[in-house]
Amino acid sequence: MTTVATGEEIGALATLRRGLHFSPELGDGLKGTLALAVLGTVGRVVVPIAVQQTLDKGLNGAGGIDLGFTGRMAVVAAVAILVTGVSSYLMTFRLFRTAETGLATLRTKAFRHVHELPVLTQNTERRGAMVSRVTSDVDQVSQFLVFGGILALVSVLQVIVATVVMLFYSWQLTVWVWVSFLPLISSLRYFQRRLSAAYGVVRRQVGLMLAAISEPVVGAAVVRTHAIESRTQARIDESIDAYQLASTRAQGLTAVSFSLGGISSGLANAGVVVIGIWLGFGDHITSGQVLAFAFLVSLFVGPVQTGTQVLTDAQNAIAGWRRTIGILDTPADLADPGPVGVDLPAGALAVDFDDVGFAYPGGPPVLREVTEHIDPGTRVAVVGETGSGKTTFAKLLTRLMDAGSGTVRLGGVDVRSVGFDALRRRVVMVPQEGFLFDSTLLANAQYGRLGAIADDVRRAVTDLGLADWLEGLPEGLQTRVGQRGESLSAGERQLVALVRAHLADPDLLVLDEATSAVDPELEVRIGRALERLMAGRTSVTIAHRLTTAENADEVIVFDAGRVVQRGPHAALVAQGGVYGRLHASWVAQGSAPAPAPGTLEP
Amino acid sequence: MTDNLASARTGTLRDGLRVLGVAIRREPGIFTLSALGSVLFGALTVADAWVLGWATDHAIVPAFREGRVGSGVLVAVAALFLGVALLRAVGIVARRLGAGVMQYRMQAAYRREVTRQYLALPMEWHQRHPTGQLLSNANSDVEAAWSPIAPLPMAVGTIAMMVFAVVQMLVTDLVMAVVGCCVFPLVIVANVAYQRLSSPLVTRIQALRAELSEIAHESFDGALVVKTLGREAQETERFGAKARQLRDLGIRAGRIRAAFDPLLEGLPNLGILVVLGVGVLRVRGGAADAGDVVTVAYLLTIVSFPIRSIGWLVGEFPRSVVGYERVHRVLDEELETSYGGQHLTSPRHGVRLAVDHLSYSHTPGQRLLEDLDLVVEPGRTVALVGATASGKSTLASLLMRLVDPDAGAITVDGTDLRDLAHGALAEQAALVPQGTFLFDDTVRGNVTLGADVPDDAVWAALRTAQADGFVAALPHGLDSRLGERGTTLSGGQRQRLSLARALVRRPRLLVLDDATSAVDPEVEQRILAAMRESADDDAVTMVLVAYRKATIALADEVVFLADGTIADRGTHAELLARNPAYARLVNAYDAEEVPAS
Repeated sequence: MTTVATGEEIGALATLRRGLHFSPELGDGLKGTLALAVLGTVGRVVVPIAVQQTLDKGLNGAGGIDLGFTGRMAVVAAVAILVTGVSSYLMTFRLFRTAETGLATLRTKAFRHVHELPVLTQNTERRGAMVSRVTSDVDQVSQFLVFGGILALVSVLQVIVATVVMLFYSWQLTVWVWVSFLPLISSLRYFQRRLSAAYGVVRRQVGLMLAAISEPVVGAAVVRTHAIESRTQARIDESIDAYQLASTRAQGLTAVSFSLGGISSGLANAGVVVIGIWLGFGDHITSGQVLAFAFLVSLFVGPVQTGTQVLTDAQNAIAGWRRTIGILDTPADLADPGPVGVDLPAGALAVDFDDVGFAYPGGPPVLREVTEHIDPGTRVAVVGETGSGKTTFAKLLTRLMDAGSGTVRLGGVDVRSVGFDALRRRVVMVPQEGFLFDSTLLANAQYGRLGAIADDVRRAVTDLGLADWLEGLPEGLQTRVGQRGESLSAGERQLVALVRAHLADPDLLVLDEATSAVDPELEVRIGRALERLMAGRTSVTIAHRLTTAENADEVIVFDAGRVVQRGPHAALVAQGGVYGRLHASWVAQGSAPAPAPGTLEP
Repeated sequence: MTDNLASARTGTLRDGLRVLGVAIRREPGIFTLSALGSVLFGALTVADAWVLGWATDHAIVPAFREGRVGSGVLVAVAALFLGVALLRAVGIVARRLGAGVMQYRMQAAYRREVTRQYLALPMEWHQRHPTGQLLSNANSDVEAAWSPIAPLPMAVGTIAMMVFAVVQMLVTDLVMAVVGCCVFPLVIVANVAYQRLSSPLVTRIQALRAELSEIAHESFDGALVVKTLGREAQETERFGAKARQLRDLGIRAGRIRAAFDPLLEGLPNLGILVVLGVGVLRVRGGAADAGDVVTVAYLLTIVSFPIRSIGWLVGEFPRSVVGYERVHRVLDEELETSYGGQHLTSPRHGVRLAVDHLSYSHTPGQRLLEDLDLVVEPGRTVALVGATASGKSTLASLLMRLVDPDAGAITVDGTDLRDLAHGALAEQAALVPQGTFLFDDTVRGNVTLGADVPDDAVWAALRTAQADGFVAALPHGLDSRLGERGTTLSGGQRQRLSLARALVRRPRLLVLDDATSAVDPEVEQRILAAMRESADDDAVTMVLVAYRKATIALADEVVFLADGTIADRGTHAELLARNPAYARLVNAYDAEEVPAS
């Protein structure tokens, strides 16, 4: 079995690379956006330069106070600020567009991939966690890209531009400013590691908390009938507390790392004034330039400070991104051969199991050395006790899982080489739990055949002998089935699943206890209808109720992962063995008149 | 919907502040601490400008003019810059940590309240609300509701900082101060306009996120059906269409943000240019000196960035208000299963169960059960038999008070279920439902559900339910983890655990709602035989929803339901003899029987 990759093992840069690989749109127009960002950022030094010019030329110029120069300078600066504003608008908008587009693609791909994971992986993953990987995790990435991302981009550019302007004024003071910020910059790596670990814990606690919170929602009936509200609440409270603690710890770390930026700026400013004055004695610098530095340092400290905040957001976002990418990096064991996939031969399909074995990971083999051939057009019943391997047989047959060893062939073709499109069209399995989507009956039936219209569905219902059931529903095909179909009974959900299967019109139909929840009278009626509808096609039916076996052309009996008997019902009954035992208990259960207590055994 | 949006637009600011008020009233101490930290930060930021102005006039300008400066002045400048910076760092830590603590405390408190409400609200309410919506109410909506707490102290500090800045400007130069004072209101007005434009979009985006999450949840729940019918592409399209809608709205919101960001930044910068111009005039007139111009300009520079925290705060309001309202729709829900104060005694025999003129409809106008009367004497076993959708499961959930009847009553030992104290029914009765829910817990936890039950008793229940075999084979026995990430069990195995969960409580009323449908007949027979052996003759009253004759054979009496009413009742033999519809239903397999030769 494949477990979904957490993605925690890949680094930040690798995450970015993989992220770009899955959302190529993120790279679209990147150069233009970067150019606009440069333009927008360069505009930020307009104010410090304007202050310097005013002091040196407007106030302290050679000819005393120069009003005209100050006015001209202010107009130029105002134009520069306007240009900066327009560039900034364009950059932000473009960033939003690419980020939203790229992430919509990413989440849709990840969603699709979840459906391509093997059944076993789908069943063992926490449902809530899977959902968050295509929803809130992606939201976090988009929030970062469009908010933190802008900040990050502008911050880096701002530091570069501020440094260039500083160098133009005085290299000595520039060196001092950098020296002041060096301890902070070098501590960023340390804080990044700590923050990364802290937010990793936060994310994990969110997952656990969501799972705990889902218990009183998904398991409402169980909690209610056993009156275990206080226990459930205790479990939830525990997970909420753990999340709160983790978040507070991470926040404390963020606060400390953020506060350091201010200390560096104090150090830088103190040095700039003292050293600036000293440099001034040597005529290396003007008073306006010293003051411009104070303004430039504020340009410098802002980004470094928000940089640590951006880093925090980035940790969150990268964690979310990794988790979403983790889904896409989880191999879909059941690979669709895609365009090179072959089609199945036309008409009824033969089934061949060739020395097939299967074991769940870490578990004992559930199927061993199964070699069976089923002729096209025959009706086969598969029986056996719970855990005998009959459901595994069905899952291998329909390629919901791949065999551990040996080969499964349909119509002589290895199932692994058949295109999914063809396979799912020709081979349909009706599982025991007929899951319905929160929509109308009609929409649910259409899962069987796309584009089926109401009349097609009505015809299918009638074919199956269920017309009176449909008529009994107040709104007919427009009946809303509710969450997971829960407005209908379990038996009715199975009926819908059968209607779907009939609409799908397969050449091989596999029924896995597909009528276990409908009443016996109806089950028999459906059985007869299916028999008629499947004439000339192959059907494999797994059933607890031996009625099905009695009517099948052949019965395959599983026991402890092996096929132990095979043949027509009558012959097997005569043989005795496992089937004889199953049959005896069936007869005892089915046709004996109400026995006195204690006489249940055949 | 349009009305809601309109009112959301006009009322968001007030509502947002109201939501914050709730948080401040609940956490006054930590709020004060973080606000003080922020005010300290604001005051010292302004002090920074004063230090720079002081340095300009007392150190920089004299030094450049006279070519010398006293070392005491230089030490003072350096000490002032550093001292201010250090104190400011303290303010930052207090502000941010305080904001975090407050935000997470509020989130935790509300999550506790919401989940308590989930546990208190009746089943009817749960059935009406999609799982995905309830999960997001407890998660993202709570998060959204308290999101403004993060920028709150900073905004409070910024307001303080603006006050300090205005005072500082007024002290420095009246004319330049007037210019500076025009900038702050303009920036605030721009922020409010921004918030009004974006709030309806944010509301819609939030709703779309919830819808997207519902689709994902449902689709992953139905993964097997999607796979077996090869509907991956259609499901992806369903999800993709919603994702694209979300994307388009996100881009629209981005356009608005893109327009306001530069505006909010450009306003103070243009203000600085005006200050420079006016400042030069003032200096020429002798009313101010260079240091004054620098101080006012620097004040605008350093205050202009924090002012945006007011924007962040106000910007969080729409999300917050919507989240808060959604959470409160759950919290304010008054529907509650009301419990009486009565307890049941626990004699050694089963309960006496009476159903009296019971009617129930799921939706108005559609009667599921109509005027039902039924008495089950202690220790008796009744089988509910009926065609698919005849109301059997509904009756089973009424018996366990998962829902209350519209008319009539159900009594246990003469006490109306509605008069029983919370937990009183669960002490005496257990339901094994059709579908099984397993907790993310060990086998033991799933069977005992926290009750103090010795392992012997757990194994005994597992044995009766024929689950001891596969549990013993699990890697850690009773300590094996089940649930979403634990060991996967088959449908039949899950049902048997669910049965053990009921049996371990030694109930006096046991309701089995087709509880062995996924178990194969041989195992089912062993279960039934074991149940018969383990129970004293009349220790438990049983109600079974069943189809199989062997199960029906366990019953002392059969109640045949048709169209929501009791069509007939009696022993299996009696009904078989006199009721053709019943005979047709239970004998369906016999007609099919092919004689085994």
